[in-house]
Amino acid sequence: MSTSTTAPPTGRTGASAPAQAPKKHISDRAKAERKLGWLLAGPALAVMLLVTAYPIAQAFYDSLFDYRLTDPENRSFTGLSNYLVVLTDQLWWQSVGVTLLITVVTVAVELVLGFGLALVMNKALKAIRPFLRAVILIPYAVITVVSAFAWQFAFDINTGFINSWFAWLPGVGADTDWFGDFGTSIFVVCLAEIWKTTPFISLLLLAGLAQVPEVLQEAAQVDGATWWQRMRRVTIPNMKAAIMVALLFRTLDAFRVFDSIFVMTAGANGTETVSFLAYRQTISRLEIGLGSAVSVLLFLSVVLIAFVFIKGFKVDLSQARGDS
Amino acid sequence: MPDSVVHTGRGRRSAASGRRARRALGATAAAVVLASGLAACGSGDSGVPQLDWYINPDSGGQAEIAARCTEAANGAYTISVSTLPRDSPSQREQLVRRLAANDSSIDIMSLDPPYIPEFAQAGFFAPMPAEVADEVTTDVVQSAIDGSTWDGELVTVPFWANTQLLWYRTSVAEAAGLDMTQPVTWDQLTQAAQDQQVRLGVQGIRSESLTVWLNALIESAGGSVIAENSTNPDDIQLGLDSEAGMRAAEVMRDISASGTGGPALSTANEDTTATDFEGDVGGFQVNYPFVYPRALGAVEAGTLDQSVVDDYGWALYPRVDADTETAPPYGGINLGVGAFSEHPDLAYDATRCITSTENQAYYFTSNGNPASDTAVYEDPEVLEAFPMAPTILESLELAVPRPQTPYYSEVSGGIQREYHPTAAIDPEQTPQDATELIQAVLRKDQLL
Repeated sequence: MSTSTTAPPTGRTGASAPAQAPKKHISDRAKAERKLGWLLAGPALAVMLLVTAYPIAQAFYDSLFDYRLTDPENRSFTGLSNYLVVLTDQLWWQSVGVTLLITVVTVAVELVLGFGLALVMNKALKAIRPFLRAVILIPYAVITVVSAFAWQFAFDINTGFINSWFAWLPGVGADTDWFGDFGTSIFVVCLAEIWKTTPFISLLLLAGLAQVPEVLQEAAQVDGATWWQRMRRVTIPNMKAAIMVALLFRTLDAFRVFDSIFVMTAGANGTETVSFLAYRQTISRLEIGLGSAVSVLLFLSVVLIAFVFIKGFKVDLSQARGDS
Repeated sequence: MPDSVVHTGRGRRSAASGRRARRALGATAAAVVLASGLAACGSGDSGVPQLDWYINPDSGGQAEIAARCTEAANGAYTISVSTLPRDSPSQREQLVRRLAANDSSIDIMSLDPPYIPEFAQAGFFAPMPAEVADEVTTDVVQSAIDGSTWDGELVTVPFWANTQLLWYRTSVAEAAGLDMTQPVTWDQLTQAAQDQQVRLGVQGIRSESLTVWLNALIESAGGSVIAENSTNPDDIQLGLDSEAGMRAAEVMRDISASGTGGPALSTANEDTTATDFEGDVGGFQVNYPFVYPRALGAVEAGTLDQSVVDDYGWALYPRVDADTETAPPYGGINLGVGAFSEHPDLAYDATRCITSTENQAYYFTSNGNPASDTAVYEDPEVLEAFPMAPTILESLELAVPRPQTPYYSEVSGGIQREYHPTAAIDPEQTPQDATELIQAVLRKDQLL
């Protein structure tokens, strides 16, 4: 088996072809359907614009001002100077680095673990499948702040049990202060994030696994393919779109990490992430202008990530709904 | 019942009338909810003005005082309490955002003193009537009056005043040969803790606690975090990079290097040091008076031996240099009256009741929060519950507030970033780095 086997195009995929045809002759029925489409999607679009586009536009507008919340009278237009301050500050780049580190580590580990869990859920006996899915999903149902506190208490040098349970590991002892330096702090933060969101990725991957046609698996089995060969040549190529969608969603989510840092380290030992930096400028310092600039840059980073995934890796977002 | 709607005209009518009835019921319910919501704003059920007091979380003392003052008001007003977040920076964040939006529901607020200048400068306090100012500063410790003042004017009402003492295990001090009836220095304590292999509990966590410690050290060394104050951030002159500032940094570095602060010094807060002090390695700690009722509570719960509490000793905050008087930390809570309150006069009236000698004595004995009113320290009940009350009063008279500036968050945030972890402090370099950072942040040239 030297080539990948992917599912043949379905009728529905083929049916979408006329939609890409020249728009010259639109029938009355098509017009009516388009109108109905707008009517159905319109309210949702309006709400989205209200709750998403408006705050983003407001943040961009605020970022052009020197504006302190407690001193609105001295608000003054400063153009792009807030962006200059942010982009020339070493703290911004350090925070970007920390955020990228957390994103890459957690998403990579979650992908592997999530795939494993998805396989288990997919292949589990029918009798225990609902129970197994519920159990795997429990961490995702926990509020992030609560999960962050739980992990903090577990690793805390005074209240935690980790030091006594894992004293047999080299480097761990009664005096190990996990939140005392950068490496160990980030380790715990990543662990908490992975525990919390692996179920999400596994759920998306499970949907992808369900789309792999059983007939291909059987054909490969008849051809004498081993489990590993079927995985590499049949399963993974057929769920590539689902994997990419899962990766995209989790990467966007991970890049905005805030709760765990806020609860566990409050940015100590150089663990500030970009979201935390935005929080500190806007909410703690009350510098609405500077904080908005950080927020806008965070937004642009997220847009960039989404763009790279969708255009660079050719992710088809409709896969998330299983539309293909 | 969709079936009856489809099949019979009668059914349709009855379903339609049912819908109308439901609609009418819904509208009535909405009106009732709206009316009760509106009634909740500003005045109570019988038209009695309701004052909203935003409190920091405590052991129920402020809610009880609110109930007592409601009763004492004889129908002139009622006080209801709303609880703010747990830590003082979060309390400030919530109050500032609401006051910036001219929130009229904030009548009285319990405020941590360092944030008072910021609120006053922004015009968030209603002007205090002169007679109230006179009354609430009579027989009040000086540090609490200083902490309630901005720009030479009393802007908040002193409520309770906190200060840190030096707590020691009598047996350890004796073994180390320390005469605790005389002032002791940080160097002496570090040496004693090292010799006796016990902890010297200090708060090295990156939070307000670290600023509290540094400020007390600099003030004790004869300096100030802010050398020259100004309402213009560009004109604020810092005193970190001074002889006193370097001496303070030396003390922090030496304690960290000695290891007496414990392995978790960089994450140690007041609770951590109190826990350590109750344990086998407990020797010395600087901490607030809450550690005493906390230990008594642990004895009652059976988790601490009575002999440990019997071994507790207390003295004034340590000196930096033997010949210079100590300047212990000052904290606590003062009461501000919101500028947008609909009843500022009643609110100021209520603060007089809240801060009465009787209520402060109650709050001290029940919640462990020391009074700012000096008369409370003569109350036999207080003296029985807190045998160290005279030392607390003496400490409050010497205590110095943290830097008073509308830009406190920037100053404190800059200190926390540069002085944490304390093990990495370089007395020659750190004060200079912190000064540069804070000045750049105040100029809005740098992020924090």
